[in-house]
Amino acid sequence: MTFDEKYFDIGRLDRLSYRETCVHRLDPRAKVVATMLFLLTVISFPKYEIVALAPFFLYPVLLLTVGEIPVRFIIRKIIVVSPFAVFIGIFNPILDTRTAAVIFGVSLSAGWISFLSILLKFALTVSAALLLIATTSFSGVCHALRRLGFPALFVSQILFLYRYLFVLMEETMRIIRAREMRSFGSRGAGMKVFVRLIGILFLRTVDRAERIYYAMLSRGFQGDIPTLKRSRIVLPDLVFLSAMIAYLLIFRFFPVTEGIGRVAQELF
Amino acid sequence: MSHHIVEFKEVSFRYPDGTEALKGVNFRITHGESVGVVGANGAGKSTLLQHMNGYLMPTSGTITIGDLILTKKTRREIRKKVGIVFQNPDDQLFMPTVFDDVAFGPLNLGMDEASVRERVRKALGMVNSLALQDKPPHHLSCGQKSAVAIASVMAMEPDILAMDEPASNLDPRSRRSLITLLKTFKHSKIIASHDLDLILDVCQRCIVIGGGAVVADGPSAEILSDKAFLEENSLELPLSFQRRS
Repeated sequence: MTFDEKYFDIGRLDRLSYRETCVHRLDPRAKVVATMLFLLTVISFPKYEIVALAPFFLYPVLLLTVGEIPVRFIIRKIIVVSPFAVFIGIFNPILDTRTAAVIFGVSLSAGWISFLSILLKFALTVSAALLLIATTSFSGVCHALRRLGFPALFVSQILFLYRYLFVLMEETMRIIRAREMRSFGSRGAGMKVFVRLIGILFLRTVDRAERIYYAMLSRGFQGDIPTLKRSRIVLPDLVFLSAMIAYLLIFRFFPVTEGIGRVAQELF
Repeated sequence: MSHHIVEFKEVSFRYPDGTEALKGVNFRITHGESVGVVGANGAGKSTLLQHMNGYLMPTSGTITIGDLILTKKTRREIRKKVGIVFQNPDDQLFMPTVFDDVAFGPLNLGMDEASVRERVRKALGMVNSLALQDKPPHHLSCGQKSAVAIASVMAMEPDILAMDEPASNLDPRSRRSLITLLKTFKHSKIIASHDLDLILDVCQRCIVIGGGAVVADGPSAEILSDKAFLEENSLELPLSFQRRS
């Protein structure tokens, strides 16, 4: 994938959040809290848990459908970051060789189970986070964080990160294009030039940061970014949040999947 | 009214690396005047503008804005009076949505919610950009960004408006509407630009900067029609004069 394509891909995630569905209309605070609770619940499962995690896919799938988010787009994003999770879990099957189960005569070590559990948890948490961003404008998330009591410095850092990510990427794109245009098909003199490009990008960024700070001072900046209240928690938000909490509690503390399995076993 | 006066007295400025950017600049701009600042690249125009609200402090000399002399203490007050529009709107629009950006200044002035909304509405209306208010700045075109950048400064209702190359990124129509807009702004304005036709259109007075000092100060129509003088200062006749000759 070339740099240009990558760039427009990030823009796409951002554009998804401008849609108008009932998921998008929920108060950002409700969604942020729901996502955090979801993450905590998923992470809280013990390391050999697989079956009990399954019902938690219901939440991302529901959000995807109701929020009209393209499934393949989210799956691709999850795959892109999956190496992190794979590397965390990849040694489990080697280190943890206790036999945990025998399925059709093949013994399955506990390591494989914990590896699978890590992958499931990873897919759940990352998709929940991606869906939060895809269904909520980024500024909405930031305002929500601020109003939920996160420190001002932290929130303004993410705000700027988001705002200038696009500007910086454009800047990089211009530099890369300029290099490509004059390197005539070769790799543009390789590493040495590349290192210098990064240096230049850094200097430009520092300059820009200074100018932005000047612009902020010119408009009376005093350390905290002030914002207006723009949304109110209404009934649908409360309903969403309580349904979420109920859903998380039920599937965390009652072995529902196991129960279904038992019932099925008895039937047949 | 004394509070819209800008006065530079023997202002000099030396950058930390030793470059002398301003060498004894003198001028006085009174209420309601619109002044163009022109000069070659690197003549010191931007440096001059950055002194107007105390981002840079003069190494020697004094700057008076209204009835305040620029010092580290009066800087904050002065920033409320002088609105500066930057050359690159990306540097100026730092908030995630257009609305937030225009509201940034008024909120910092400590205004209440209703009046902030009113200010934002007025400022965006002035530049015909009300429809953009929920958009993030990175989805705007250059012209739209410039318009919003102007609105974000106008929302502070400054007494004095200073602009650095306001028309450099604009297509002809946006440039024309900018000129119309500038003409409706009744307070003092100071515009640094290479667009001499814009200066001729908007500013009655023109200050030519060369090598960090004022080399000419007078009516735009007079200065900008002096071909020999302009060429001496790496400038040329405005296009509208070229056609005539």
